[in-house]
Amino acid sequence: MARRYDSSTTTFSPEGRLHQVEYAIEAINNAGTCVGILAKDGVVMASEKRVTSGLLAPTKSSEKTYKLCQHAACNVAGLTADANILIDQARLRAGRYEYQYCEQIPIEQLVEHVCNYKQAYTQYGGLRPFGVAFLFAGYDAHHGFQLYQSDPSGNYSGWKATVIGANNQAGKSLLKNEYGSSSEEKEGEMKVEGAAEEIAMPDVNEALRLAVKVLNKTMDATATSPEKMELFVMSLKDGACVHKILNKDETQKVIDEVEAESSAAGDS
Amino acid sequence: MDTVFGVEYEGGVILAADQSNARSILTYQSNLDKITKLSPSSALAVSGPNADLVNFSEYISKNLAIYQLSNDGLQLSTHAQANYCRGELATALRKGPYQVNCLLGGYDASSGKGSLYWMDYFAALSKVNYGCQGYASSFCLSIMDRDWKEGLDQDQAVAIVDKCIKELSLRFLMNQPNFIIKVIDKDGVKTLKFGSDPADT
Repeated sequence: MARRYDSSTTTFSPEGRLHQVEYAIEAINNAGTCVGILAKDGVVMASEKRVTSGLLAPTKSSEKTYKLCQHAACNVAGLTADANILIDQARLRAGRYEYQYCEQIPIEQLVEHVCNYKQAYTQYGGLRPFGVAFLFAGYDAHHGFQLYQSDPSGNYSGWKATVIGANNQAGKSLLKNEYGSSSEEKEGEMKVEGAAEEIAMPDVNEALRLAVKVLNKTMDATATSPEKMELFVMSLKDGACVHKILNKDETQKVIDEVEAESSAAGDS
Repeated sequence: MDTVFGVEYEGGVILAADQSNARSILTYQSNLDKITKLSPSSALAVSGPNADLVNFSEYISKNLAIYQLSNDGLQLSTHAQANYCRGELATALRKGPYQVNCLLGGYDASSGKGSLYWMDYFAALSKVNYGCQGYASSFCLSIMDRDWKEGLDQDQAVAIVDKCIKELSLRFLMNQPNFIIKVIDKDGVKTLKFGSDPADT
C-alpha cells in the first residue's frame, strides 16, 4: 500500500507519513556512528571512520568533522556528497551573519538555517531529501556550549549527549545510563524527591572517555584502534573557541584510559 | 536643521534631539519625537527629512523586533545593532539612500556599559563617547570635548546635555524651543524630559 505513496517526496501517504523522508533517515542508520557529548567546559564529538581502502590518499583533514566557523563545527553521518552542499550552506550563513552584524551567529540560528534548507527538499520541487544527519557543536555567549542533532526531515533538537549512525540505539542506551553519573558515586547519597536525576556534567576528558566507550559498543570490530575513530574537541581558550582533532597518540591514550577503567570495574 | 546629540556615561547613554518638524518657511509640528526605541535597551536618534527619519527608524526597529521573535527572545548587542543599521544604510546608498544621520545608543547587560555609535547617511560608523549630528556639532562638540571624562554618572552627563542645549539656544541661528531627552540604562529606554509632549495630537 505504501508503495504508491513513497516515490514522491512531496506527497503524504494516507497514514500521514512522508515515506521518502523516512527512507532517507533509514539511510543514515547504515552510516558510520557519530557520538556527541556536551561537557561543562566544551563539546566532544567522536566518529567511526570507515576506511574502505588502504590505497586512499587523505585529501582533507577529516572526513567526518567539518569546521563551519570559528565557533561551530559539525559531524556528518550519511551521504558525504549531500553533506558537502549543506556544509557550504552553513558556512555561508555563518559568514553572512557576521558580515551583517559584526558578531558571531548564535548556534541555534545556524542549525535552524541548515534545517530549513533541508526541509525545503521535503516540500518543494520533487527533489529527494538530503541523506545526511548532523551533529552540530558550537559555542555562543548566550547559551555557552551546545550540541544539536538534525536529520533529513529538517527537524533539530538540542542534546546533552546523543548518537547518530549505525547502532545508535545501543549507543543512546549506554549514554542514558552513564552520562552525568560521576565515576565515584557517594555511598547512600540522597536523591532529591521529585527532582530530575542529578546530572553532573562531565568535563571534556570524562566526555572523551565516555564517547570512546560508546564507540566501542557501536562499532563492529572487537578491538578499537586510533585509525578507526576520530575524536574532536571544542573548547574555549582565552575567550576564543579552539577546534581540536586528537592525533594518533592522544586518541590511543583515551582508548587506553577506557580500557583501564573497564578492566578495573570488572566489566560485563 | 535638526539637532541630535548623545553622551555616554558610566552605565548608560543619553540621547537628545530637538522636536521641530519643519520645511522651508513652515513649521509642521514642534513636538516630534526623533528618538525611536529599537529594543528594550537601545534607541536611535535620527536627523534628516521627516520621511526618511520615520521610514528608517521604523524599518530598523521592526526588523529588530522580528529578530527577537524569531530567536526566542534573544536580543542583539548594541554593537550588532549598530552594524546592522550601518549595513542597511550601505545597501541603500547606491540604490536609494536614506538621508539620515543617526546616533544609536544602547546598554548591554553583559558588560554593564552603555555604548554610543555615530552613523551618517554615507553609512560611516564610529563608536564614540559623545557625538553630534548636524549644525549642533559646531556648537556642542567643544563643550563635550572639554567636559566629558571617563566614569561620569547620569547627573553629570545630563548636565553636559543641558549645557549644550543652553549654548544652542544662545548662539545657534535656528530657534529650537523644544528638546526631548532620553536615557538608556539597565532599566531600559526612558524619557527624561521633553519640551513638548510628543503624545499631544
